[in-house]
Amino acid sequence: MTISFQINGQAKSMDIEDGNTPLLWVIRDMLNHKGTKFGCGKAACGACTLLIDGEAVRSCSYAVKFAAGKSITTIEGLGNKENPHPVQQAWIEEIVPQCGYCQPGFMMATAALLEKIPQPTDEDIDKNIINVCRCGTYYRMRKAIHKAAQIKAESIDPINS
Amino acid sequence: MSKTNKKGKKVSRRKFLVRGGLGTLGVLAVGTYLFRNPIRRNILAYANSMDMAYMGSGMEPMIWFEVTSDNQIILHSPKVEMGQGTFTGLAQMAADELDVSMNQIQIVHAQTDTGNIDTFSTGGSTSVAGLWQPLRELAATMREMIKVEGAKKLGVSVNEISSENAQLTAAGNSITYADAVKDVTEWEVPNTPPLRDLKEYKFIGKPIARIDLEAKVFGDPIFGLDAEMPDMLYGAVVRPDKIGATFVSSDTSAAESMPGVVQIIQEEDFVGVVARSYSEAENAKQAIKVDWSVERDWSSEEIQAILQVGEGNASLIQKEGSDIDDSSEVIEMEFSSPIGAHAQIEPNGVLAYVNGDKATIHISTQVVNLTRKEVAKRLGFDEVQVNIVPTYLGGGFGRRLHTPHAVQAAVMSRIVGKPVKYCFSRKEEFQHDMFRPPTHHVLKANLDESGMIKAIRHDFSSGDVAIDSPLLPGFVHSILGADVGAIRGGFCQYSAIPNIRTVSWHVELPFATSWWRSLGLLANTFAWESFMDELAVKSGKDPVSFRLAHIQDDEAGTRLKAVIQAAAVKANYTDEIVDGRAMGFAASTDAGTPCAQVAEVSLKNGKIKVHKVTCAMDPGVAVNPDQVKAQCEGSIIMGISASLFEKMEIRNSELSPTIYGPYQMALMKHAPKEIDVVLLQGIDKPGPVGEPPLGPIGAAIANAVYRLTGERLTAMPLQA
Ligand code: FES
Ligand code: FES
Repeated sequence: MTISFQINGQAKSMDIEDGNTPLLWVIRDMLNHKGTKFGCGKAACGACTLLIDGEAVRSCSYAVKFAAGKSITTIEGLGNKENPHPVQQAWIEEIVPQCGYCQPGFMMATAALLEKIPQPTDEDIDKNIINVCRCGTYYRMRKAIHKAAQIKAESIDPINS
Repeated sequence: MSKTNKKGKKVSRRKFLVRGGLGTLGVLAVGTYLFRNPIRRNILAYANSMDMAYMGSGMEPMIWFEVTSDNQIILHSPKVEMGQGTFTGLAQMAADELDVSMNQIQIVHAQTDTGNIDTFSTGGSTSVAGLWQPLRELAATMREMIKVEGAKKLGVSVNEISSENAQLTAAGNSITYADAVKDVTEWEVPNTPPLRDLKEYKFIGKPIARIDLEAKVFGDPIFGLDAEMPDMLYGAVVRPDKIGATFVSSDTSAAESMPGVVQIIQEEDFVGVVARSYSEAENAKQAIKVDWSVERDWSSEEIQAILQVGEGNASLIQKEGSDIDDSSEVIEMEFSSPIGAHAQIEPNGVLAYVNGDKATIHISTQVVNLTRKEVAKRLGFDEVQVNIVPTYLGGGFGRRLHTPHAVQAAVMSRIVGKPVKYCFSRKEEFQHDMFRPPTHHVLKANLDESGMIKAIRHDFSSGDVAIDSPLLPGFVHSILGADVGAIRGGFCQYSAIPNIRTVSWHVELPFATSWWRSLGLLANTFAWESFMDELAVKSGKDPVSFRLAHIQDDEAGTRLKAVIQAAAVKANYTDEIVDGRAMGFAASTDAGTPCAQVAEVSLKNGKIKVHKVTCAMDPGVAVNPDQVKAQCEGSIIMGISASLFEKMEIRNSELSPTIYGPYQMALMKHAPKEIDVVLLQGIDKPGPVGEPPLGPIGAAIANAVYRLTGERLTAMPLQA
């Protein structure tokens, strides 16, 4: 079947034999965007988190057929070195990553959180950021999430920055 | 004498300070040991201090450093980056002696084809500490070699030249490193120049941002599972659910006709499938029916029973004065820790391509050399026919000291004639982990009239950590008797106690156990430091001064005392409960690095909540203080996870859970909101960093809970 969607702002039409193939593998292996990670394949770790129409989705457990007509953002489309997303900027300032493998998933989940709750409290963070980081970078991540909220607010509202 | 390196450039005679394997061992971190046999004493000392000499083969500066035409230095690292920050520390060390700035140095994993191979592993918190001397010497020598070339170009003598920011200057003229060396055909390698004084360094000791930070924030394809080759296929290997299962037969007929299947692989020791895509390979694997034979059923209770102190083989590893006096009052407690999983987020995986008489293996591995050896052996190749391309690791923690999957992928690739990529499913990760072994501990003590410890004894029992490890020479275990991994943290660090016995009991478990970040340290320290807390309470002393009173003023003791005092001061340690929160204190010495922690804990609906952890550690020179702190924070959170939640069970010989969630781990909500790290520098060289801060946390939490409830928690995972 042919499935069409937008990924990082680009329209794509994909020939897919099995519409139940997890979106993760289409993105990693067919589109060669490797920033979205495989950790468990069972929606249990969050390493594969990306945005579909702005919502954080665990792409290992999301059949590609449901992506038809939707807009997907992966870490590669969140921001880049010249123009980082506030979340990426905050991650750099707080030097969050250790091994780094879980980090794209956390950054995507955080980007989605900040769209819904621009100034999350610690409790909001605890409730919404539920991915797994084995290196234990949560302490710096929390600081980075607060900082990202601040960077984002300042970029929207330059008068108060 | 000269020989030709890989770039065809001649290398003349040079001298490096190369240190070999077990020959140069550190001073014992704690106590004195029983053994008169110097070899046994040395191995034990080595095991306890992990004062690991660099065991690499690459001692030519040219195989470590490349000067690019745009005046960048590329450092080829034989150590791998798994999150511990080693790459950044190594780059800082090299830049400071090379006289280049941090943005003029890049670091990559050395492929084995470069000849820069570490014959040990990346592990044991040894990378920065072990390369401290050799890497700076290599960098300083490289700098002098570049100067020699620059002198020729500038028409001056070498000692007129100064070097800075990858540029040579003499008598008002300048030349870049790149221009100085661009047409070198024969390097002149001088004798190793003297190293600079610590104070002169610009980068060593500074909190430089991680060198891999941007790659990791922008999602660059740097991990093993991100590797790609043209025409690549996907493999999968069938694994049994039960421990001790052996292959009997398989029925692959259903799988053969599944969509995308290229070939079913039937080998003596595994059954697998190669398909066009990951999903197709996984689906076909599910359709392969394998008959396994299982000799007997195991349960967690049976494992517990064989694990008891007294059941396995004992080795006395520490002896001071006499044993416990059973005729006077003996204080005795028992502790235990469960089977723990590595649970690193990047599953084990590999991309292998066997093309004629050459094999290329892209892999997240901590044992580059061993991976190469094993692949070569299976393929019947010489080692030089196999090029290992190490990648960034999505977590290591000891899990990637075992890479038989590289062999399987290479076999599959040879059969299908194409590159084959394959990785573990998460269930396979959990069921076929090389687990942290469960442990059991018995501690006994006699106190004197003044409440001081007169005699103490620690008996601990563990499954394998390092026994039979291909990473250690076989003689280590046969000479020592004890498992050099399981004993980490098992010794008594309270050197002023006159009578000490430590006995390591080893049992054979029916499933694979191995190195898990800090090896025996977490469990041993949990037992030791909970017991010390109990003894402090029994003798009516506060836990800080009670500990200090039992430490001698030798070098190790002085450093240990300093971290204990620093943690207590920084945390404002008190025995009082304030706002429903109590503090717990614990300290450990691992591989020569002392660390003390204070955990601030409350109980909510019977659940343990860790609010704040204060950590004082003396790693010697902190090459990158920010990354040393990051290792403390990460160890504390990993330690909280292991102490409060993690546990594998065995039912009918099946290990479970097999997925995150049911295998509960610390999440954002469990991480302390405050982690306060204080670094001391008690010696003038870097010591181990990545594992020592994992020691105290379990006991610190349990000791805080004791102050809240009056109840001593003796089993991990801790439940109030
Ligand atoms: S890989 Fe999707 S949640 Fe773990
Ligand atoms: S940084 Fe390694 S798992 Fe999160």
